[in-house]
Amino acid sequence: MNILGSLIKKEAIHIVRDRRTMFITLVMPLVLLLLFGFAISTEVNNIRIAVVADRHNDTTRDIIQALEVNSYFSFEGITAADDVDDLLRQSKIDAALILRPDGNKLPCQIIVDASNPTVAQAVASYISGVITPSSDNVIVTRTLYNPQMKSSYNFVPGIMGMIFILICAIMTSVSIVREKETGTMDLLLVSPVRPINIIFGKLIPYFILSCVILAIMLTMAYTVLGLPVSDSVFSVIGVSLLYIILSLSIGLLVSAMVSNQVSALIVSAMLFMVPVIMLSGMIFPVDNMPVVLQGVSCIIPARWYISAMRKLMIQQVDFAGVLNEVFIMVGMTLVLLAAQLGKFNSKK
Amino acid sequence: MTNNNIAISVKDLTKRFGDFTAVDSITFDVRKGEIFGFLGANGAGKTTAMRMLCGLSYPTSGSGTVAGFNISTEGELIKRHIGYMSQKFSLYGDLSVVQNLRLFSTIYGLSDSETKKRMSAMMKRLGMDSMADARVKSIPVGWRQKLAFAASTIHNPEIVFLDEPTGGVDPVTRRKFWELIYQASSEGMTVFVTTHYLDEAEYCNRVSIMVDGRIAALDTPAALKEQFHADSMDEVFRIVAKDAQRTE
Amino acid sequence: MNTVVNISGVSKTYGTIKALDDVSLTVHEGEMFGLIGPDGAGKSTLYRLLATLLAPDSGHLEVLGLDIVKEYRQLRKLIGYMPERFSLYPDLSISENLNFFASLFGVSVKQNYDLIAPIFSQLAKFPDRPAGKLSGGMKQKLALSCALIHRPPILLLDEPTTGVDAVSRSEFWDMLATLRKFGITILVSTSYMDEATRCDRIAMIDHGKILRTDTPEGLVAGLDENLYNAVSSDMFRLLAGLRKLPQVIDCYTFGATLHVVGSEDFRATDIKRKLEAQGISDVDIYPAKGVIEDLFIKLTRNDQQ
Repeated sequence: MNILGSLIKKEAIHIVRDRRTMFITLVMPLVLLLLFGFAISTEVNNIRIAVVADRHNDTTRDIIQALEVNSYFSFEGITAADDVDDLLRQSKIDAALILRPDGNKLPCQIIVDASNPTVAQAVASYISGVITPSSDNVIVTRTLYNPQMKSSYNFVPGIMGMIFILICAIMTSVSIVREKETGTMDLLLVSPVRPINIIFGKLIPYFILSCVILAIMLTMAYTVLGLPVSDSVFSVIGVSLLYIILSLSIGLLVSAMVSNQVSALIVSAMLFMVPVIMLSGMIFPVDNMPVVLQGVSCIIPARWYISAMRKLMIQQVDFAGVLNEVFIMVGMTLVLLAAQLGKFNSKK
Repeated sequence: MTNNNIAISVKDLTKRFGDFTAVDSITFDVRKGEIFGFLGANGAGKTTAMRMLCGLSYPTSGSGTVAGFNISTEGELIKRHIGYMSQKFSLYGDLSVVQNLRLFSTIYGLSDSETKKRMSAMMKRLGMDSMADARVKSIPVGWRQKLAFAASTIHNPEIVFLDEPTGGVDPVTRRKFWELIYQASSEGMTVFVTTHYLDEAEYCNRVSIMVDGRIAALDTPAALKEQFHADSMDEVFRIVAKDAQRTE
Repeated sequence: MNTVVNISGVSKTYGTIKALDDVSLTVHEGEMFGLIGPDGAGKSTLYRLLATLLAPDSGHLEVLGLDIVKEYRQLRKLIGYMPERFSLYPDLSISENLNFFASLFGVSVKQNYDLIAPIFSQLAKFPDRPAGKLSGGMKQKLALSCALIHRPPILLLDEPTTGVDAVSRSEFWDMLATLRKFGITILVSTSYMDEATRCDRIAMIDHGKILRTDTPEGLVAGLDENLYNAVSSDMFRLLAGLRKLPQVIDCYTFGATLHVVGSEDFRATDIKRKLEAQGISDVDIYPAKGVIEDLFIKLTRNDQQ
């Protein structure tokens, strides 16, 4: 279509000529991926640990040896039970393991500095990982899918969930609202161009831009961050494209709600960015939230996207495993688009 | 200060942006209490010149004084001794009449007692006591304009700069506004005004017309009309600005 | 004469503000019709209605025989609209803007270039300059070219000369005059009263109401009666002095002189004597020629009190 073609071309010129925004949209995803992947890590290394043992047997010796060689731990020696509290308070150790061998059984206690609960949780599970093979208690914990609990690619779904909202919702809404502000939207509406063409003339360029960014991010994730490559890659791409379309319809929604560029930015940021970060499970697990917030998180598109991405990228399940999320996202997209196409009419 | 009767004096004032000379060596004096019309085509350099006079930008070369202060070195002092009103930015619509006046007097650094005195004098003079607490956006445009003028002169400045104060305003309100200007000028305030309405140029004591960064004509309206054999300032402007080469 | 625009009994309210109050107008084919009034008079609302961007609360608007509410789709192909601010894409170049607007209407710039040539020729010298870097006058020309590129039979120009200097303004009116050769009906609004005389007919609008519609000559007919110029060396004092006199109905500045609207018993010699008694001696009073602005002042003076 000719008219649609020239609308897209016009929009593409806007995007390309705004060098600074263009640069930020292309570089920011890379920076975020690298930052979360390497610099900011929830992995726990160098756990300083002390052991309290009244008596020793083969098992306790094995455990101590295992702690000494394990690269996640830095073994601080054997200490008296009374000193543990002081050592923890003075931050000389992060955890203590108390072993009380009693015949064949080995009751043990793990004491962890929980001033940072996330770290404490990780430390506790590392330590249990070290003890369990040696004990007779047959609790076999296996950390699946991400055995070393590496967080470098754990963050990829979250970052993608955020970036696409940012680019699709904010950029689309700002570009539409800018035309309202300068009055060019009136000229478009007064021309014989159908409103649906105006909408697609806005959506398609940002869809293409998002695809470019998707390609960059996935390449990064699968190469530099070492995400395992498998058949699920195709599902990852498919679900991401769906999410991009959903984000674009959110952008449309915002542009219909506000009348100037500043409010477009604020509404997109406050109404969509903040919940994406806080409630989508990107940082705080949804299951740990109060029930009310869990309910709220259900209407946040990013929650479903991030959940699907986790399953596909990290658990490597096949497409059938994320059907639930996909259906919800398709539903949201259809509702938003239908509402917008009806609303974006010619008269007020 | 060179002369006690001079409010503004500039000599060879020039402003360049890169290789573009926006204001090209202009020289003129404005006397105290004078209404000085500052006309020019779009892009002739009016705004740039005015910004230098208000202490908002420094000249590339040349010198000048405004209210006795050097425009190259005493920009901050100038700002305290002048008033500025433009059509685009004048008042806060969500504040009341009194709140606006109080805000501007605080901005201009008046003390509390001075503020009180000036404000009650202003309100009386404008006859706005009845609408003191009305929100500015709800009062008629004519009142709004008077109020904007009052706000920009609340600190009793020596010179007031008016940048297209009457654009798009109806003929009656426009005239009432000019009567306000006359009154201020008769009380000794110097008025420096730009406008696109050339009938308003006739109300000025003297008028300068800028073309391509230079002052192409400067005199009283009557003398200009005689010089260019024209019946009105409108005709004078057309003759003078016709040869303008440059646009913004 | 065919009627191109037919507005009857149109009202439009925004919240509590009555933007248009029972407005009726007709514009004929090939006419240059002026809509004159200050900011906030309702001009832009009327334009947005005619451009099919709004629907009226009550009343009925037809452009080229098409209803602006029911038949807006056909109508949009036929209207050339230039909104109040010259709405262009600042980051697109001159030629990109023009080509874009041509493509919206499915036409090529080439096929209608003859129409815009006189306006566009100055801009054609630097087709790659971004529209945002143009001066007010240049932007105005580009916006007009864009509005004309699909050869509309009717052109709606909303305050095309606002913020443009007197020389560019007068050039713009010259351009509009050349467009009339092509038979285009032009509806133009302005807040500059002096521009009104360049129109065939004028509607004066204020506070959402049409005050009067007539030819420029028809409007000023009869205005000269008891209208005088008054001059003296101290105009401000003269103004105050004249207002004190009972024979003076109204008195206001008018360019280099004061315009005085006198009552039936206004006699220049008598007035001069009375002014001298007030200490204003060098007064000259002579008959004045009434113009549109005098009429506007006369018609709106009462609301303003």
